[in-house]
Amino acid sequence: MSRLRFATVWLGGCSGCHMSFLDLDEWLIDLASRVDVVFSPLADVKEYPENVDLVLVEGAVANDENLHMIRKVRERTKTLVALGDCAITGNVTALRNPLGVALEVLRPVYGENYPDEPQIVPVLLDRVQPVHQVVPVDYFVPGCPPPASRIKAVLEALLDGKTPVLEGNEIRFG
Amino acid sequence: MPVKTLTIDGQLITSPAEQTVLDAARLHGIKIPTLCHLDGVSEVGACRLCLVEIAGSNKLAPSCLTAVAEGMAVTTNSPRLQEYRKMIVELLFAERNHVCSVCVANAHCELQDLATAVGMDHVRFEYQFPKLPVDVSHDQFGIDHNRCVMCTRCVRVCDEVEGAHTWDVAGRGHNARVITDLNQPWGDADTCTSCGKCVQACPTGALFRQGATVAEMEKDKQKLAYLVESRARRASK
Repeated sequence: MSRLRFATVWLGGCSGCHMSFLDLDEWLIDLASRVDVVFSPLADVKEYPENVDLVLVEGAVANDENLHMIRKVRERTKTLVALGDCAITGNVTALRNPLGVALEVLRPVYGENYPDEPQIVPVLLDRVQPVHQVVPVDYFVPGCPPPASRIKAVLEALLDGKTPVLEGNEIRFG
Repeated sequence: MPVKTLTIDGQLITSPAEQTVLDAARLHGIKIPTLCHLDGVSEVGACRLCLVEIAGSNKLAPSCLTAVAEGMAVTTNSPRLQEYRKMIVELLFAERNHVCSVCVANAHCELQDLATAVGMDHVRFEYQFPKLPVDVSHDQFGIDHNRCVMCTRCVRVCDEVEGAHTWDVAGRGHNARVITDLNQPWGDADTCTSCGKCVQACPTGALFRQGATVAEMEKDKQKLAYLVESRARRASK
């Protein structure tokens, strides 16, 4: 059986979901025996590859780089899992939304010297969006961060070719 | 005592005539989700989570405001009701800024519990992200309108149990807000007795004790029901 081509992506989030993923501890060794990690902030790969089977996406879509990335990820991936509250609701990343468009948030923080280098610093979108508002999402794993056990339950089901079912306290936000 | 005989989810139930379908169901261990219902105060039927199907009627009925009737056949948990309840909870999350992870009521919140209970794993509606104020002018309590679900439990407990009627509702629809006195800062509201019943009644982190930080605001709504029952017992002596 060919190994699953597995990726993780970090958009507008604090990396806490990735930390929670690392909290899978020794189970990561089992996971490593069943998948090829083809892209991840934890791996030194520059370009998101073609034909990815499964991706965990942490974070909301907050800037033009996130937007470009998530479209590419969707195009090149069979199963996309929104991992954690930022990916699913916008969460902390979207706390700026009620304050107004990007400039209304940047100016009070940076004054007139706000970062404005489009090709160097990713340009903030006027509104932070959850991933499913931008591209179709296959499965949702809530939590801030989702506990390692919840991530494991979803990954185990997907690795076995089953539909992951999260119920009761396994779909708790916050 | 006149009684009515009815079925709820196929279970044959005998109930006092003046009882609501919600109370009858609860008495027999049948759970119907609620949000605006609060033991000890009047019903308003605002949240629509307790809607049930009644055989012979195309309309869904709020069980908190529907009296039991002879021969009534009630269904509390059909796929249609499950879907509507999920939509209601999603709409509540989309309407204001409920950010569980940084909320004072995280892990002690009825809205968060409801989301889990109805199986909401994401919100299908577009988030509104409205700009809403937080009023901490009161010296002990605060109100964060971002977390308010307009259940009006604070309004009713303040009026009916405390007798102060500091809280009320201003505006309509999307613009509705709970207000103190004549829509002035809570700290300037002369009628407020600072009893804190509104804080205990609030299902979310909208009303909180100042100084409480993320996940620290635990509430005890049972105290309110206990107070109302104790008063009724004393009055009947």
